[in-house]
Amino acid sequence: MEQIRAIWRYGIKVGIIGGIVLILTALIGMIEVFTQRQIIADVVSMGHALYLAAGLFICYLAAERTTPAKPLWIISNSMFAGLTTAFFLVLLIILGRHVNLRLMFINASDLLLNNLLTFGVQGNDGLRLLLIAGMGVGLFTGLFYLLPKFLRTVILWSLAGSAFAGVLQELIRPILANNFPDVISEWLLTSDGLTLKGALSIFIFIALIVISWSIKGGGIRQGWQGLPKKQQSTWRTIGTIILLAVILIAPWRLGLFMSEVMTIVGLYVLLGLGLNIVVGYAGLLDLGYVAFFAIGAYVTALITSPEIMNLNWSFWSAIPFAIFFGILAGVLLGVPVLKMRGDYLAIATMGFGEIIRLLVLSDALRPFLGGSQGIGQIAKPQVLGFVFKGPQEIYYLIVAGCMLVIFVSWRLKDSRIGRAWKAMREDEDVAQAMGINLVSNKLLAFGTGAGFAALSGVIFGSKIGSIYPHSFNIMVSINIVCLIIFGGIGSIPGVIVGAAALIGLPELLREFAEYRFLVYGIALVVMMLIRPEGLWPEEAHKRELHEDKTNEATG
Amino acid sequence: MPTKFQRWKERITATDIVMWFIGFALLVFIILGSILTLRAGRYTPVQWFDFVIYGLAQGSIYALVAMGYTLVYGVLRMINFAHSEVFMSGPFTAYYVAAYFYRSSLLESHPVICLIIVFIVSMTISTLIAFLLERIAYRPLRNAPRLIPLITAIGASFTLMYLFRGLYGTGFQAYPVWEIFSGKWALFKGLEIGKIQVFVIFAAALVMVALYLFIQRTRIGKAVRSVSEDKEAASLMGVDIDKTISVTFIIGGAAAGAAGVLYALVFKQVFFMMGFIPGIKAFTAAVLGGIGNIPGAMLGGLLLGLLESIGPALFLDGFNIAAPYQLKDAIAFLVLVLVLIFRPTGLLGERLAVKKA
Amino acid sequence: MKRSLFLFVGLFMFLAASIVFAAPPTDPLGVVTIKPGEPIHIAYWFVTAGSDSTLGIDTKRGVEIAIDDIKNNLLGHKIKFDGQDSGCNAEGGQAAATKLASDPTIVAAVGSNCSSEAKPGAPILWNAGIATVSPSNTAPYLTDPKRGPTYDGYLRTAHNDKVQGAVAADFAFKSLKVKKAATIHDGSVYAEQLANVFAETFKKNGGTIVAQEAVAPTDTDMKPVLTKIVTAKPEFIYYPIFVAAAGHITRQVKEVSGFEKVALMSADGAFSVDFYKAAGESAVGMYHSSPDFEAFGKVYEDFIQKHIKKYGEKTLAPFHAHAYDAANLIFKAIEKVAKQEKDGTLYIGRKALRDALYATKNMKGITGSINCNQYGDCADPRIAVYKTSPENVKTLVMPKKSFWKPY
Repeated sequence: MEQIRAIWRYGIKVGIIGGIVLILTALIGMIEVFTQRQIIADVVSMGHALYLAAGLFICYLAAERTTPAKPLWIISNSMFAGLTTAFFLVLLIILGRHVNLRLMFINASDLLLNNLLTFGVQGNDGLRLLLIAGMGVGLFTGLFYLLPKFLRTVILWSLAGSAFAGVLQELIRPILANNFPDVISEWLLTSDGLTLKGALSIFIFIALIVISWSIKGGGIRQGWQGLPKKQQSTWRTIGTIILLAVILIAPWRLGLFMSEVMTIVGLYVLLGLGLNIVVGYAGLLDLGYVAFFAIGAYVTALITSPEIMNLNWSFWSAIPFAIFFGILAGVLLGVPVLKMRGDYLAIATMGFGEIIRLLVLSDALRPFLGGSQGIGQIAKPQVLGFVFKGPQEIYYLIVAGCMLVIFVSWRLKDSRIGRAWKAMREDEDVAQAMGINLVSNKLLAFGTGAGFAALSGVIFGSKIGSIYPHSFNIMVSINIVCLIIFGGIGSIPGVIVGAAALIGLPELLREFAEYRFLVYGIALVVMMLIRPEGLWPEEAHKRELHEDKTNEATG
Repeated sequence: MPTKFQRWKERITATDIVMWFIGFALLVFIILGSILTLRAGRYTPVQWFDFVIYGLAQGSIYALVAMGYTLVYGVLRMINFAHSEVFMSGPFTAYYVAAYFYRSSLLESHPVICLIIVFIVSMTISTLIAFLLERIAYRPLRNAPRLIPLITAIGASFTLMYLFRGLYGTGFQAYPVWEIFSGKWALFKGLEIGKIQVFVIFAAALVMVALYLFIQRTRIGKAVRSVSEDKEAASLMGVDIDKTISVTFIIGGAAAGAAGVLYALVFKQVFFMMGFIPGIKAFTAAVLGGIGNIPGAMLGGLLLGLLESIGPALFLDGFNIAAPYQLKDAIAFLVLVLVLIFRPTGLLGERLAVKKA
Repeated sequence: MKRSLFLFVGLFMFLAASIVFAAPPTDPLGVVTIKPGEPIHIAYWFVTAGSDSTLGIDTKRGVEIAIDDIKNNLLGHKIKFDGQDSGCNAEGGQAAATKLASDPTIVAAVGSNCSSEAKPGAPILWNAGIATVSPSNTAPYLTDPKRGPTYDGYLRTAHNDKVQGAVAADFAFKSLKVKKAATIHDGSVYAEQLANVFAETFKKNGGTIVAQEAVAPTDTDMKPVLTKIVTAKPEFIYYPIFVAAAGHITRQVKEVSGFEKVALMSADGAFSVDFYKAAGESAVGMYHSSPDFEAFGKVYEDFIQKHIKKYGEKTLAPFHAHAYDAANLIFKAIEKVAKQEKDGTLYIGRKALRDALYATKNMKGITGSINCNQYGDCADPRIAVYKTSPENVKTLVMPKKSFWKPY
């Protein structure tokens, strides 16, 4: 009896949720679209890998939730989860035979329902096979779950690594071709996917790394802590130098596209660090941050382009103007919102962002700002005849910008102003009572943040060569807010990690078009649920989140 | 705590003066523009009347959506960014029901029943989505700092938007025409009013009044109000917080589902991003009226609708600005900022909220 | 720095070429070698995500149907067709083009969708020796004689706005004999350009433009702006915008009094079955400028049938046919320049391919006869005006016979 209840609670219930999730995955066309991409050439397509991985994940959840964790219970629950999931898919397929689902769900194609979901077997045999496969996946997962934890970790990491390599093969190919002899590339890749031997070698390679790290890792960490302070700092310096060297040669080793991605991430790091001052340090939620980015870009365009004002000044002369106007705008827009708090502030700043975009787009200001045709022919930066033209050169400009901004925010963080901001973030009234001038500190935060954004805008304008109002929509602001919280609010490395994860990854996955936004959305939700402090949180903030759970959120 | 007078006195600073200056400059601009437009006499009184009707019809849809934002804000103190997708999901799904009625010509023979069914389907789906949203995405984060649920909401918004895009496709669908709503009623002296506008305004008003009474008069409504005032105290008094919050999402979802059908009846086109812009507008409306405050949401929605419809013609036409309707959102946001300068918590203030927001 | 990049690409080519034993043909920009069994890689850069994605998906499907029509077999090789989302903005175009440029297997590209993407993107592709054919860029700048050598690898099968806007103005003034017209654009590069060209030509013809308004592509309530236009008393409204907003305007014109006798006209951006869905019966009697496809009607109908069969829905946006033609343009050019070994190995010279694309003359496409000029404008310049009948809306079929032709 007890066991039956467990099957219901952990097996079938999980299976029902899993069935719904899998049906949705199938109906949004993900499986069908992804079958066209091979992970391991002629062995596993991405669609089937996704299909199987989802099934495995569901059964794994069922196994993991089972209490008490008796082996037999785990296996039976996992099998029931698999069976239930498969049962739901069978229902979908049968429904699809009697009703034209495509009238509503345009991706419910015949190919999907009667071929892909049943592993290529048609008719009722396919349905039977699907049910058996569901149980089989359940059994496999259950057995897998019974393996020692260490082995599981190794296998999961290695599987994930191989799958990742398969998904990103398009990126790996030019990198391999650039840096390694052709033999490696031929060993690992064919024209549409990994080779079987390549996938196996990646699997083994990652497994070896994970195993050796878990054996030696602890020892290394201890050894590090055992080192005398002085030696530690020498090693740190060496580490920093190596890191710098890697950063400097990276674009030429990784090729054109990776450099492009790194420049885009770099631009968002600049933006993120700026907004981090406003939101992370001073606690002012600004949803119209793109306005300052736009101001930076437009000032650069007006000053350097022959199209509107015909000034044709150099890129370098645009920087001080852009930053000046950025800061000015930050302060000017900051004044009316000084008294607003929380969401009123968010919505008012969002309004500013939209107003700026609408103004640059408008026909009314077209003679001065280019309207919907934008402004083109923006100057590229030049030093002594060297032109920063492609992403591989602009990259250095952005790295320099990032270093400057990282340095400034790092110095600001623990300065007098930084502490004032922090006090303001925690409680405005108390901060004021302690003698902190809210007005000047808030304006300083807005101004600094705006200045960083304008700098980013300058580089963006020059990188892209022609700017259009559509590039400065509200989604940019929202993305920046997301990335600083995803990375860990208030934390400088967090911004970098957040930008790499939320801007870099979608950029790498550009070919997956709409699905990357779906994944982006799911990633935001899941991340906030399991790790609300972000990827690389500020120490103080992390402590706060984990100790003081009852802390009522007020703004 | 210093007394109110002391606080007031110490807060009058140079910035206040600058703020007021900005505020008055905007005000003067708006008034001057209106005077110039009216003196130019470009629009007839009938046309002004039309502007008002268009604005009210659009505004009442905003008001209904804004209700969902306001209710959620009242109980959770968070911007439910995904509410725009709650608004989208209902009518987008109900379209397929409406299309079926149209194909089978039931729509012609029983238009009212069909309409009711479409409303029910849309409201059910929106309610379901809102309910699941709260259970899956927001409930585990009940006590997290304010920004965390904001990001979750943005994430949920993306997820839902692209989920529905995957299910129903990228293209948009167009609702069939209900013959009972096409055409106009002639009033007097050349004044005419579209049937559909009348229906939308009345239906929205009905839903809003019903909601208001529900919140004010029923036991559950009382629970919602108590939770929005003080969660801990409410829970001590035996109010089931989780259930009450779920109810709030359900009410907001139903209102959004109804608003979605009204929107689809007026504008016909439904597609996966249809919620984004109305969502932002409705949130703006909620803030304009004073977020957390139900009459405020109504007022804010109507005002925003009117501003979008009349604003460009009234304020900008007099200055002969090119293509003024391109700037209608800019006007709406400017007025919002203006209102917030003089009333930092919206037109009607946060009645339900006692704590500082 | 350009030289180093060329060197870089050249090195790639060299490496790719040196795998094969035979001495490959040479080409100043490098040669793509396709071994037996390997596919010919053609890539797209379209907007396939976000609010403008109908445009990208529509054009992508156009190319996919073109591939189906040659049975996925070009000179004995399959075609590998994949690509990148370009986002309908300049930065997306730049990123997508860079990604394509870094893949040495790509023979040619189709794209972009929005002119703002092509402006930064096309030079990046050409820098890597990849020629690109756009099915939907219409901005005059891209094929202007002054565009400069960085755009040498760029062609398009979509119409230059200059042609289409002028035809609309001539039609309004000469055929409908209206003297007062109003324009509405949606802030896109395409619509604003068309509206401006229309206004210029209309004024040159001797008419007056009484109102030039703009909306946002996401606007739904057009009645206020229409009320403003009605006060200027136009006889003709030209709104060359996209399906969604054009649908709203067309419907709502009927709800605003004072427009009873005003003629409505839009452009090919809203000339699709989707538009009839959006506008409903209000579309009856309105005019569209569009390529003159009378002579090619049958092929186009077949295309639509294939589309419905393959994707379960009707076409999404107006540029699928141009995309189909763009793909065929590339296939034909590859057939012309590819050197084939006995074992099936193909060599495609990049410069040779580009030149072959530019040399295309009198290719029968479904958007008309494709002729490329020396600046890459390939679209059939024959634009006709179509009038929508009640049957068109009822049966969701595009008008077959044109209403007016400028020639």
